[in-house]
Parts: sequence; C-alpha cells; structure tokens
Amino acid sequence: MVEETLSTEQTEVETDATLQVRDLHVYFHTAAGAVKAVNGVNFALKKGERFGLVGESGSGKSTIALSLLRLIKPPGRIEGGQVFLNGVDLVSLTEEEMRRKRLDEIALVAQGAMNSLNPVRRIRDQFMLAFQDHGIDVKRSGINDHIGDLLSRVGLSRDVADMFPHELSGGMKQRVCIALAISLSPSVIIADEPTSALDVVVQWQVMDTLRRVQEDLGASVILIGHDMGLMAQFVDRLGVMYAGRLVEIAKVKDMFGDPLHPYGQMLIASLPSLEVKQDRLQGIPGITPSLLNPPSGCPFHTRCPKMMEHCKTVTPVLQEVREDHWVACHLYEEAK
Amino acid sequence: MSTPLIEARNVTKTFGGGLFDKSRTVALEDFSFKIDADNPSVTSIVGESGSGKTTLARLLLGLVAPTEGEVLYNGKNLENLSSRDRKQFLRDVQVIFQDPFEVYNPFYRIDHVLDTPIRNFGLAKTEKERKDLINEALEAVGIRPEEILGRFPHELSGGQRQRIMVARSLLLRPKLIIADEPVSMVDASLRATILGSLLRLNREFGISLIYITHDLTTAFQVSEDIMVFYRGSLAEAGDVDQVVRNPEHPYTRLLVGSIPLPDPDMPWEGERAIGRPAGELGEVGEKFCKFTDRCPFAMPMCVQSDPPLYHTHENRVSSCFLYRESPTIPMTEMTSIFRSSNRQGPVQDNVSFDALDAELEVSTESSSSASSNDD
Ligand SMILES: Nc1ncnc2c1ncn2[C@@H]1O[C@H](COP(=O)(O)OP(=O)(O)OP(=O)(O)O)[C@@H](O)[C@H]1O
Ligand SMILES: Nc1ncnc2c1ncn2[C@@H]1O[C@H](COP(=O)(O)OP(=O)(O)OP(=O)(O)O)[C@@H](O)[C@H]1O
Ligand code: SF4
Ligand SMILES: [Mg+2]
Ligand SMILES: [Mg+2]
Repeated sequence: MVEETLSTEQTEVETDATLQVRDLHVYFHTAAGAVKAVNGVNFALKKGERFGLVGESGSGKSTIALSLLRLIKPPGRIEGGQVFLNGVDLVSLTEEEMRRKRLDEIALVAQGAMNSLNPVRRIRDQFMLAFQDHGIDVKRSGINDHIGDLLSRVGLSRDVADMFPHELSGGMKQRVCIALAISLSPSVIIADEPTSALDVVVQWQVMDTLRRVQEDLGASVILIGHDMGLMAQFVDRLGVMYAGRLVEIAKVKDMFGDPLHPYGQMLIASLPSLEVKQDRLQGIPGITPSLLNPPSGCPFHTRCPKMMEHCKTVTPVLQEVREDHWVACHLYEEAK
Repeated sequence: MSTPLIEARNVTKTFGGGLFDKSRTVALEDFSFKIDADNPSVTSIVGESGSGKTTLARLLLGLVAPTEGEVLYNGKNLENLSSRDRKQFLRDVQVIFQDPFEVYNPFYRIDHVLDTPIRNFGLAKTEKERKDLINEALEAVGIRPEEILGRFPHELSGGQRQRIMVARSLLLRPKLIIADEPVSMVDASLRATILGSLLRLNREFGISLIYITHDLTTAFQVSEDIMVFYRGSLAEAGDVDQVVRNPEHPYTRLLVGSIPLPDPDMPWEGERAIGRPAGELGEVGEKFCKFTDRCPFAMPMCVQSDPPLYHTHENRVSSCFLYRESPTIPMTEMTSIFRSSNRQGPVQDNVSFDALDAELEVSTESSSSASSNDD
C-alpha cells in the first residue's frame, strides 16, 4: 500500500516548494499495536503560501505538525517518508542539525502553546532561553531592542517583556508565542489551533498579526484547526485529513464552493449557519475508523454514502482531478 | 415559581490582594442569575476572553467562593451545605471543563475518569452493568470503547479527551450541566454530534444546560437565551435569535461583526469595521462603562456612571446608555426576561435526533451495513 501511494503521488513534486512532504508515515507503538496516526501524507507548500489543515479530531494533524519539526516522542516514530525544507530532507538530519533548524527555519506555535509558557519566568527570559538554545550571544548589546521589536511586531507593548505570563490575557500570551516563533525569521511557521481559546475579536487580532508578520517575512504558514470560518478567511489552500491521510487538497474557494471528496462534502455540509436555525444538529453518521486496524480500501468507506464495491478493497490515491484540486476517491478515477 | 435549582445573588468575585493592590482583578461584578430545574433551559454565555465566564461557572459549582453576594442551591447557601445536600449537589450539577487535560490525572488510565463517578454514586451493581454504562456513554459521544479504554490521557487527541468528559457527565444524569467550551477542540461534524447529544439530554431528560463558548454560531443553534460578558460585567442578554441577528450593545456588535464566516468571499474585517472611539469625553467619574475606551458611540455620560440594565425588548436587556429611553430592570430580575422563564414546560421545537440515532446504529453495526447507492 505504501509503494502504491508513493509511486502515484510523487507527481505533486513542486520544484519551487519551500516545504515538500513526501509519503510521511508516523506511528505510535502502543501496547495494543501501532497507531497509524499519519499514514502516507503528501503535500507541498509554496513560498509565502498559507496552507490550512483540517479534518477529524484525531486524524493526525498535530502529529504532522510535530513530525515536521521532528518533535515526535516515543512511542511515536517517523516510520518513513521525507520532509524537504528548502531542499534539505529533515528526516535524515542528525538530532543536532535538526535542533538548529528549529525556530531558525521552521517554527511551531503548538496546540495549547499559550499555556506552556513558563509561569515563573518573565517573557524576556523566555526569549533569551530560546536564543541561547540557538547559540546566540544573549549578552550582546541590542538584544533587548530585538525582543522589544518582536513584541511590537505582534502588536504588544515593549513593556510586556518584563511581565510574567499570568499577567497577560490569553490573546496576549498567544501573541507572545507567535513573537517567539518568528524570532529567528523562519521560512515556515506552523500554527496548531492558535486561536481556539480566544474570543472572535481577539481571534481576528491574532490572525491579522500572524498574516502581517508572515507577509513581512515572506514565510509560509501551515494553519491547523477546526474553525472552518477561520480557514475560509485566512488560508490560500486547504488540505482535509481523514484517518491519517490527506483525502483532498484544493484552493480554499474550491473547497468551500465545490468540495469533491464525500468526507469533504459532508464536513462542509455539517457547518452550522448563523442565518437559519437548523432543525437538526447533524454530524457525519458513523464513527472514525480505528487507527490500530485501519479498514482496508478507502479509509472513509465505512461511512461513505457513495461507497462502491471496490472502495472496500482498493485504497484510492490522491490525484489531481481538476486544476489544483486533488482528491483521493474512486468516484473521480476516470475524471482525469 | 418554585425555588431555583441554582441562584447567584449579586455575586462579585475578586482575585488578588487588597483594594489598592495593582494585581487585583475583578473577574465578575455584581451578577445575578437563576436556573429553574422545572423549566429545563439552554443558556449560552459568550464574551471576551477573560471576561469572567469560567469564573461564573466555578462560582456556580462552588469551586470558588464569591467575594460578595451568595450562590444558592435549592435556596441554601453553597458554602454551608449539609453533607447530604452536598452529595446531592455534586450529582445534580455536572461540569465539562474548557481544558480537559487539566481534569485528567496523567498517571491514571482513561477508565479511571469514568469509573470514579460510577463508584462514588453507586451507579452499577455488577461488573456487566458498569461496562454497559461506560460503553453506552462513550458510544453516545461517538467513541469506540475498545479504542480508548486502557490508554493514558496523553495518548488521546484533544478532541477525544473532550468527548470523554461529555460521556462522563452523561453517566450521572444530572439536573444541570455546565459546559465550558466543550467543543472548542473538535471538528465541525463532532461539534454537531456532541452538542446534539447534550441537547438531547435537555429535551429527553429535562437537563438544563449552560453552554459557555466563543463560537456564536453554535450558541445560536443550541440555546434559547444568551448572555454576553465584557470585563466581568453583563453587556447584553436575552433571546439568542435577536441578540445574534441584531446586536444592541456596541461590544456585542463588535463580537458578532468579528465572526469569521465559512465563506471565502465574505470579508473578515474584525475591529477595522466598527470604527474607533470618538475624541474627548470629559472627566471620568468613579464608575463608568467599561467599553468606553473602545466604543465608537461613547458619550460624555458613559464615563460618568456605569449603565444599568435597560429592558429594551420583551426578551432582551442591554447595559448601554444608547438605550436609556427604555425602562431599567434590576440585575436580580434579569433572568425573568429570558424566554425559558416565560414558557410553561419543556421547549417545543422541531429538533430532530434522527441523525444521532442513525449514527449510533451505524457505529454498532459492522461496516458492511453502509450500502452502496451509487453505481
Ligand atoms: N502518545 C501517543 N500514543 C498513542 N497514540 C497517540 C499518541 N499521540 C497521539 N496518538 C493518536 O494519534 C492520533 C492522531 O493524533 P493527533 O493529536 O495528531 O490528532 P489531531 O488531528 O491533531 O486531533 P485534534 O484535532 O483532536 O487535535 C490519535 O488517534 C491519537 O489518539
Ligand atoms: N485563580 C485566579 N487568580 C487570579 N486571577 C484569576 C484567577 N482566575 C481567573 N482570574 C482572572 O479573572 C478574570 C476572568 O477570568 P475567567 O477565566 O473567568 O475568564 P473567561 O471569560 O473564562 O475567559 P476565556 O474566554 O479566556 O476562558 C481574568 O482576568 C483572569 O485573569
Ligand atoms: S473511495 Fe469510495 S468510499 Fe472512499 S470516499 Fe470515494 S466513494 Fe466513498
Ligand atoms: Mg491536534
Ligand atoms: Mg474560560
């Protein structure tokens, strides 16, 4: 199955890609067996592009984020695949080489990051620690100015440097995390649910900030989340995950206007509206398949209303069925 | 009206040191609220991050004591319940917290979270009953029991942890569930499933719900009444359809105007759209409207006293001087304008649970039951 995916999906090789993920497999080895959290994922990120990752809870989005930075801890392991960042395969780097890439070239605002700021350290010290980790001389003059600049770049007062995390609101802490992530001007910023704990007014401020610094740096962004409204408003392209696989990738307009994968279609259809009160709150019927024993064939076949006989046995591969619109579903096999 | 199940009377909660301590935070200020158990309701709470929503939940749960005012359970002060009342309270009022990770002990398997209430309240007599209860509750939130039982909290995704908390509160069939951001970490489809299962508890078992959220769209979908908070005070409250469609308080207008709509062709202007505050307002008094510094409609009177609650429509109140033509209503009477307070018996609506039923069926049958309807 792995080979099949590899051979067909290599067509998405982008020569000008900042980040190129190829056939990534990440498993968690538990007592009950291997949880195939990421099971053959391919995508590419252009320079300056904003790419969204949505999909089921537990479909492997955060695992992808952590794998791109090689931060997966045992029992998790990258089983195979490559992650090319500016042409270098991160998966094959030594731990020491990888450590230097983090923050410098690829940075993560992790899920729940704002709660992971060290509560007993002033914000300034948290920057200093990150710098030290990258061999930057923190005693050098101008370092405080640099921290001040970073904070004002995300719309915070320079005084915030002398404050403790508990003195900041959620939105302010989240902006500190963004400031930390951009402190060494990375070319890829990954933000995993950066605003899910914030009110929509602050959400807008944080995303506006992220967009501004990203455009200044010319960096690419991967935004992970469940808020389809946020995705519609922020990203250029959207990838939809289901059970460890990317099942659809399209420009954001095409994804919302004309989703092709049955899961993508049902996900878009399940969005509640502010206009009409629905007479039913309808999720997608059925249950997420096991990642321990993924079903044969298409991972969605157990819930798919359009399932055909061979969906149960043959795994569909991601194919470009329209311009810039990729989908892994047998319904579109002949479309090309 | 009978004695409310839970009532907050003029509660204020202050964190931090003395009156002149700079780190002192007024998390919630002079707030009153009632939940009537005979009239099961669904009430949403929305508002600014840090506006006191979780603090209110914690006050109603007796997890923190009010600095001023009191919280009553069946008319008795929460702070000195008899041990018998206390035990009943712990069963009647359940909570689903914002950050499910906090609730889990990292050293215990997930099973422990579900076993504890069963043991504490003697819900199962036999091992089989125990298993059935757990399986039923997990399936109701779309989780395959064999997949998660035996695992440790860090081995589950955020959404999985959150659903287990919903399942846990289902076990006890309480009278009130306070759900603090129960679905903020799950996908749109699961949001519908989980909220659907909470709503079903409301309709079928008469359990009242307080739904705290940043997602105004789901608040609009599930609740009858909504309360909007800004910096520890109630800005606006009432009929959710009216408040969300036609917000009155300038903060609510900003909030509703900042919702990112799931349509790439719609603009998302956020604060840029509402405009900036006017210039000089004159001398600031001891009390003032907390939104003045951001309000494009601020008038000199807004900085001289704090606005009372104006009863602007049958089912609405707003704390804003723009509505000073309307009669005022005391905070303690606020919930009397709620739709839920003005109907007899349960909600009459056309919410359908077919989808949920279908879902549960599919989940228990084998995958081959999904039939092909496409050739
Ligand atoms: N340490 C671990 N051990 C075992 N399984 C794990 C571990 N960490 C994650 N998993 C499993 O891997 C799968 C993917 O998890 P991940 O956190 O990547 O999902 P996600 O898409 O980010 O979900 P969410 O949207 O809920 O945050 C899940 O099924 C989860 O249970
Ligand atoms: N234990 C505490 N000690 C000190 N201050 C606190 C404590 N708990 C809450 N606060 C403060 O009280 C205020 C209200 O906090 P609360 O958590 O109730 O807000 P919230 O409306 O739930 O916000 P969010 O939407 O971010 O969850 C905040 O300023 C917060 O910093
Ligand atoms: S491949 Fe088959 S089962 Fe999978 S989504 Fe397409 S039609 Fe449905
Ligand atoms: Mg995640
Ligand atoms: Mg809160």
